[in-house]
Amino acid sequence: MSHPNQAANFLKDEKRAHWHDETLWFVREKRDISSKGIPEWEELRKLASGIKDHVLSKLDYYLEELEKTASANGIKVHWAKDAAEHNEIVLSILQEKKCKAIVKSKSILTEECHLNPFLEKHGVEVVDTDLGERIVQFLNQPPSHIVLPAIHLKKRDISEIFHEKLQTEKGNEDPAYLTNAARIHLRDKFMKAKVAITGVNFAIPETGEFVVCTNEGNADMGVHLADVHIACMGIEKIIPKREHLGVFLRLLARSATGQSITNYNSHFRSPAPGKEIHLILVDNGRTEQLSREKFKNSLKCIRCGACMNTCPIYRRSGGYSYGSTVPGPIGSILSPGIDVKKYSTLPFASTLCGSCSDVCPVKINIHEQLYEWRQEITKAQGWSAKEMSMKMANGIFKSPLAYKVSGKVLRATLKTLPDSLIYNPLNAWGKGRNVPEVPKESFKEWYQKNRS
Amino acid sequence: MSSKSMILSKIKKLAQEEKPLPEIPSFEVVGDLVETFKNSVAMNKGTVISAMELQDLVNSGAYPKVYSGSKLIEDLKTFDLPAHPKDLNDLDLAIIDGQLGVAENAAIWLEDDNLGLRAVPFITQHLVIVLEQSKILGNMHEAYGMIGAHYSGFGLFIAGPSKTADIEQSLVIGAHGAKSLRVVLV
Repeated sequence: MSHPNQAANFLKDEKRAHWHDETLWFVREKRDISSKGIPEWEELRKLASGIKDHVLSKLDYYLEELEKTASANGIKVHWAKDAAEHNEIVLSILQEKKCKAIVKSKSILTEECHLNPFLEKHGVEVVDTDLGERIVQFLNQPPSHIVLPAIHLKKRDISEIFHEKLQTEKGNEDPAYLTNAARIHLRDKFMKAKVAITGVNFAIPETGEFVVCTNEGNADMGVHLADVHIACMGIEKIIPKREHLGVFLRLLARSATGQSITNYNSHFRSPAPGKEIHLILVDNGRTEQLSREKFKNSLKCIRCGACMNTCPIYRRSGGYSYGSTVPGPIGSILSPGIDVKKYSTLPFASTLCGSCSDVCPVKINIHEQLYEWRQEITKAQGWSAKEMSMKMANGIFKSPLAYKVSGKVLRATLKTLPDSLIYNPLNAWGKGRNVPEVPKESFKEWYQKNRS
Repeated sequence: MSSKSMILSKIKKLAQEEKPLPEIPSFEVVGDLVETFKNSVAMNKGTVISAMELQDLVNSGAYPKVYSGSKLIEDLKTFDLPAHPKDLNDLDLAIIDGQLGVAENAAIWLEDDNLGLRAVPFITQHLVIVLEQSKILGNMHEAYGMIGAHYSGFGLFIAGPSKTADIEQSLVIGAHGAKSLRVVLV
């Protein structure tokens, strides 16, 4: 798995790559307009960051509190140390209910745990009900973005897959028509499912409730029609009190899509009469990440996707180039914590421009952590080609004479250098970049002639 | 060791220093709250109508199956709630009361008491929420201040009709839930 190779693949279709870039930038711009509509935006970010820092600093206390209050509300709480245990818990509930088909709403955690293939192996039909997730599920793909799962696809692609799977008219690419076809198809699934699975956006120990946010209403359609609701959450999803939701709900949708709030913000506190709610608290590497002083605040993430929409690398390389469940800048600091070898190229998939940190609603210092991961990885791996040239440059900048001479030599040679030397596979900087026109003289020479 | 004690002991072992929990200050909302609320409804692709317009809508016969749980306006329902939510699949129009509205984003708070069955605002083809103008607050902080820790097994903010932009970022109204949201201010 190498990000540069995958990115090169993505860039082969230049037109599509350009469209991807522009579309995500459009979402970023909507976020800007929306956030600027609130004078206290920066203060909200600070509050959110502080609340999350507090929670992480006494996470054990809040987890136990949550179990206590949620249990008192009639919610059955489970603990899973890793993905395998999480999947087993889900399966055991399904087996107890003799359930062979479930509906699921967007949950990045269940993607992380690879729940779908596990359940399918055990003969359970899993239907992802978020429109974007259903589309990529038809194509046997994972989501390419955590908020916009099918952002890498064009309506032509979706029209084709719907024609095949849902018998829509061939060639009809109208988004309203295609969405309605999905609505009818998924309603049927909602009506039949006995168990519904959702993720969790926030869990509140004070009240023993958890909150799920969607725009489509798919999470609620699933759980209110089913007999059993299974909610899966990473242990970092806690915020202490209900009043803190005011801060986070103001930030989440504005950061994600520029909306002032998600359409449906559902607070689940106890099951409806005759029904069941299960809440699974999942570690899967989170306590490990919490133990890493430099990286632990990556656990503050509320999965809004703003860092992806703004990232010049993500926009131009697509979600799949990262090869991780959570792509983009935040994925590049979370994933090496899970498997540093497998994800060793991700912290390098950044210009370190810092835009990700600037838009992050909980003020995670993403670009600094990317830099820190590079140190860790380089220490573990030895030299890289870029590092070699940096070392050479360091030598040149240190000595005034070397700097002067090398400047002259470069100005003379760059003009006559054959393209093959610049645009060859060994020179990563030649990819997608042009060598600037060479000036006749150095700034120093110009200054001496004109100003001294 | 159970997974619970394993997870908890791993965190305890870190012996982290507790960081302070920040206080949320009050953030003022300026301007006419009702006007701001109406603008926010429109931004979210909902519409504000009068009680009279709602009556005309129901009388037009465009919605054969109407459920109303509203106590704020006259009863317009054409049938009673079934025992099981799945029997609501052919519901055309649901009319329910909201408890409070938020001007900054048009979010309306509802609890079990308002819904009848939790599936109602989602499974219905079209949704009407009746809200008292005097219950419109400025922002989410004020809203949670008002709701407090009041006990309801289920509660939610609804801010607009069901929507999606999952196909090439084109906004489509009516993904899974209600295809339209009308707010009646009384």
